Amino acid sequence: MKHTLVRAALCAALVLPFAAQAHKMWMVPSATVVSSDDAWVTVDAAISNDLYYPDHFPAQLDQLAITAPDGSTVKPENPWTGKYRSAFDLPVPQKGTYRIALVNQGLFASYEVDGQKKRWRGKADELKTGIPANAKNVQVSEMASRVETFVTQGKPGGSALKPTGKGLELVPVTQPNDLVSGEKAAFQLLLDGKPAANLKVVAIAGATRYRDAQDEMDTTTDADGKFGFTFPKAGMYWVNASAEDTKTSTKEAKQRRLSYTATLEVLPQ
Amino acid sequence: MRRFLFLALGLAAAPAFAADMNLTVEIPTLKVAEYHRPYVAVWIEREDHSVAANLAVWYDVKKADGEGTKWLKDMRQWWRRSGREQTMPIDGVSGATRPAGQHQLHFVDGKPPLGTLAPGHYELVVEAAREVGGREAQRIAFDWPVKAPAHLSAKGSEELGQISLDINP
Repeated sequence: MKHTLVRAALCAALVLPFAAQAHKMWMVPSATVVSSDDAWVTVDAAISNDLYYPDHFPAQLDQLAITAPDGSTVKPENPWTGKYRSAFDLPVPQKGTYRIALVNQGLFASYEVDGQKKRWRGKADELKTGIPANAKNVQVSEMASRVETFVTQGKPGGSALKPTGKGLELVPVTQPNDLVSGEKAAFQLLLDGKPAANLKVVAIAGATRYRDAQDEMDTTTDADGKFGFTFPKAGMYWVNASAEDTKTSTKEAKQRRLSYTATLEVLPQ
Repeated sequence: MRRFLFLALGLAAAPAFAADMNLTVEIPTLKVAEYHRPYVAVWIEREDHSVAANLAVWYDVKKADGEGTKWLKDMRQWWRRSGREQTMPIDGVSGATRPAGQHQLHFVDGKPPLGTLAPGHYELVVEAAREVGGREAQRIAFDWPVKAPAHLSAKGSEELGQISLDINP
């Protein structure tokens, strides 16, 4: 039951990216800039309304993909999933930037049985068994989301941010752990490894509980998929973009919905 | 005549002495419940903010298990501009934290850690970060080399006291 609810929440986070009050999925590390080989960070992962307060559902850590600066995959330490959030620890012994990602790929289907509307979500290989044979008006869409954050020990760099070429991804022009208030930060969005042009990108500062408005900043990627923000204040920022296309990998799916989210920390001058 | 003589003496003396800098950094005495000596970094920046020289880094060198380097990033400007590219300790630059009071530092042209600065406009930066306390950076702009002795200063407000920089030709 719990699992189903979590999936529903995940789905809502994926399907409703354009809605202003949609649930937001995120990870927040305890530090993004560290200066010791022995340092650890601890990371919260959740789906919530407010940033960054776990108030809705925990993120699923089976989607976690952590890449070290040398490109190797790292396992989280002490992973735990509670009522409203998941958490894990991560030692960061390598110099350079770690990419911490929740990567979710799945299918979403709506159908009718005996005139009743139903919804289903799951993996591609579960589709046949997941939907009853007598279902009508079956509409399947593919979903691919990537929720990331970054931690750097020493100087930013390394190969962790090399794009995988799948889905929506962020490529740094400015290193994601080298962000300072009042300075322009630039990035590139890729869709299946190619520049994602003309996509809306939003940025929302954390601590939304302590103000009346979301104070969303937005911009649009250029022909090269590039975009930038000049973050006005120090803090954690939730940066999000979504896209839709018809390049599905499951033949039953007519539509693909993609989203990319990053939590970026902006430090004071 | 006297002036001429002075000039002549000055000219004659010049090759014998290299240009140098005398820096005084004051760490203020703070009345706080929990006091830890601040981490302090002193460096010289070019106009593009690149670092021309690291002059001093005072941190908890003796702490075990890298706990000492753990807080270096709290001197966040130094960390971003230079610290994150260094391997600690830095020979002739880094040392233990220092108590409240005035600390005199002397740097000589052509010798580490100052090295040889190309003629130009620079800023001396002093940044202090204190555990469970605050963080402050002060800057003193200067031209290098100087033709006449220059006395420059800055005053910190919280974590730093009086900073004075005397540059000799």
